[in-house]
Amino acid sequence: MQLKKNYDVIIVGAGPGGAMAARKCAQGGLDTLLLEKRQEIGAPKRCGEGISIPILLELGFKGNENFVMRKINGSIIIPPNKKEVLIDYSALGFNGAIVERKLFDKALCYKAADAGAKIIAKATVVNVLKKNEKIIGISVSIDGKIHNLYSKIVIAADGVESKIARMAGINTTNIAYNMDSGYQYEMAGIKIKDPNKIYLYFGNNIAPRGYIWIFPKGKTVANVGIGIAGHHDKTAKEYLDEWIETQPNIKKGSIIEVNAGGIPVGGFLKNMVLDNFMVVGDAAHQVNPAHGGGIGEAARAGTLAAKIAIKAIRSKNISKKFLEEYNQVWWAKYGNNLENIEKYRLLFEKLSDEDMNLITASINGNDILDISKGNGKTLIDTLIKHPKLFKLSRHIF
Amino acid sequence: MVLKVNNDKCLRCGGCVSVCPQACIDLHEVKGIQINKLKCNSCGICVTFCPAKALVLKK
Repeated sequence: MQLKKNYDVIIVGAGPGGAMAARKCAQGGLDTLLLEKRQEIGAPKRCGEGISIPILLELGFKGNENFVMRKINGSIIIPPNKKEVLIDYSALGFNGAIVERKLFDKALCYKAADAGAKIIAKATVVNVLKKNEKIIGISVSIDGKIHNLYSKIVIAADGVESKIARMAGINTTNIAYNMDSGYQYEMAGIKIKDPNKIYLYFGNNIAPRGYIWIFPKGKTVANVGIGIAGHHDKTAKEYLDEWIETQPNIKKGSIIEVNAGGIPVGGFLKNMVLDNFMVVGDAAHQVNPAHGGGIGEAARAGTLAAKIAIKAIRSKNISKKFLEEYNQVWWAKYGNNLENIEKYRLLFEKLSDEDMNLITASINGNDILDISKGNGKTLIDTLIKHPKLFKLSRHIF
Repeated sequence: MVLKVNNDKCLRCGGCVSVCPQACIDLHEVKGIQINKLKCNSCGICVTFCPAKALVLKK
């Protein structure tokens, strides 16, 4: 393959963050290269594949694409005492979807390619190139051959195991406490009460600091997974296996795919730029700490990073100082809110099973949605009514 | 103590790379986890994190 040596921008990692950044950069007229180390974009997934329709629209989709496996009209929350609470999405004015990431990530790349970005799969970036301490490009291994490629700006969107940012000089190491450990089976031949709803199971015995989910991809097919704090004696797999044993409707099914993933649920980076360099997505820990979802966050950050990269290159100023606008806008638009949500997560992990029962019984769907958006007025009202819970609330306010 | 990896168990999730304070773990999509033994200080943070118990500290 004949490879061009020079680009305006090189993006490392073709997940939602990188693909979005590539599409926007190309649309803005930048000569854009998107590199993906995997041989198939979107696989293997590390994801429950749940997304809200408003985010799909934000990404330029209609919501009825071939990657939408199942439309979701509500979620059912099951607290430890099993008194279910239904969150009816129609009352909240939106819908959800379970997607097939293999198709979804590729669809994002189709759009990037249509916009004019060059994409290469099975291309592993092995190093960043520096001159006078500044990033000037990357070394990439393609078909076992190392190529040095140069660009004005490098965007690292290389996911939870990001090393590009660390090579470049931003310490993205996350403390284990801020990492959730996710484990999931895609299961077929199971019985789902209502396959248009997602099911979320809570309890310190089944999923400490997290939850178990059932995300239906079909009438009898679903992602059955768990996300828990990453520092327990028992692993996420062990918790999930034990729980499935107690669920006859799930247990009778077959495992057709196994997924695992580290989920950053806190520790947002104050600084995500260097001279000629930016970080987006999981690599910058941009995940909603309430539910551990990161597609929307990554895509938004990718869009924002592209906007600033275009501006920087047009004004011929790609210094750290100029790119810092990405820090400022991201923190003002998203970061502060996410950090707020992180406080709720810190409260949540102190709750006993009894507290969870009490809270679930006292709040409704709207309130839970509010909390995942960082607005917890109702939660505070509930806490005030219960002295024991109120004591806990001091940890966050 | 030395860090040992069982790549048959490893699920390529990348969590260990993210938590490693020494940046001494690499994730290869096919081969799995590779540890730079010269840089590893056997702190065990990755062992605590690993959802597949693919990493262990051995004497």
